[in-house]
Amino acid sequence: MVEFNLPKNSRVIKGQTHTAPDSAKNIKKFKIYRYDPDQDKNPQLDTFEIDMDNCGPMVLDALIKIKNEMDPTLTFRRSCREGVCGSCAMNVDGTNTLACTKDIADIKGDAKIYPLPHLPVIKDLVPDLSTPYAQYTSIEPWVKTDTPAQGSERLQTQEDREKLDGLWECVLCFCCQTSCPSYWWNGDRYLGPAILLQAHRWIADSRDEKTGDRLDNLEDSFRLYRCHKILNCTNTCPKSLNPAKAIAETKKLLVERM
Amino acid sequence: MSLRSDLGRVRGLGSANEGTAHWWAQRVTAIALIPLSLWFIYSAVTLVGIDRAGFKIWLNAPGSVLLMTLFVIAIFYHMQLGLQVVIEDYVHNERNKIVSMVLNKLVAVFFAVSSIIALIKVAFGG
Repeated sequence: MVEFNLPKNSRVIKGQTHTAPDSAKNIKKFKIYRYDPDQDKNPQLDTFEIDMDNCGPMVLDALIKIKNEMDPTLTFRRSCREGVCGSCAMNVDGTNTLACTKDIADIKGDAKIYPLPHLPVIKDLVPDLSTPYAQYTSIEPWVKTDTPAQGSERLQTQEDREKLDGLWECVLCFCCQTSCPSYWWNGDRYLGPAILLQAHRWIADSRDEKTGDRLDNLEDSFRLYRCHKILNCTNTCPKSLNPAKAIAETKKLLVERM
Repeated sequence: MSLRSDLGRVRGLGSANEGTAHWWAQRVTAIALIPLSLWFIYSAVTLVGIDRAGFKIWLNAPGSVLLMTLFVIAIFYHMQLGLQVVIEDYVHNERNKIVSMVLNKLVAVFFAVSSIIALIKVAFGG
């Protein structure tokens, strides 16, 4: 059956508190999930008091400040710091989002930061993304053709190119994937919103010649039809994309060829 | 612990190439149930307190047996489709899953056929 409670060794216990210097006047508390696989301990919630007068505006700025000045063992992924790479996806203030584009000022009260939900945790805020990456590989995310290219490139009309808008912008941060209860319960077989949006990006591409094969690959009670339009995916997407719509479009095509 | 690759595990047994007919049938029965349910609720309210003889007259009126039979078929078909999705979502033990899927189908057919027999008996019986 579905697990509604965390296993005993995964329950989060109270952790350490790192206080701000006495000179700090504008303090914001960050409560951050910590887990170290090298220690035989439950995960814990550490509190960091941040002097906001000496900190950048985004959640990622606070995390970097903590790592530089308070606790160098804090572990998280980050790269571009401008919402393009998708590395710093985490659960901030109860919603999956990118730490680099999440304004601290938008968080009321203490800022609670957890890793993306329902994935194995490697350390602190770093989840194991092996399964979503393998699922991404399984949809073969590249243009597949039998016809040789005419000249040096494969042409596409502007109208056909516009059909990819709202799909190509996905940065594969997996905020939507890990916000989906259906993916929590059946993530081993359900492809999840991020992968299904990506799958539709290639189905919708006028240059691709394997649309039927792609639909065959998706047409499955678990791979596609675990989507129950809960819409957490669309609500949480930090790029304001609509994975639920992409999934609905795929279902429409499957009905069309019935 | 398995040494199988992530891609091998994700591809698993491959696509079942089914699910669209189930999904479509769920939508079609849902659409059919909108007018049928409204009609059924309206009828049930107007029939409150009526005796068997009165009910027999109502059931013999043009359309009543037909709409009641369609309502019964649509509702139990829709119920079976919906419960199957719930079972697939939440029951992960393979043996329990098969048992509950089979029970779900048998129970739905049992209630649908029983209801139809009852309707025929009341409408056309003595």
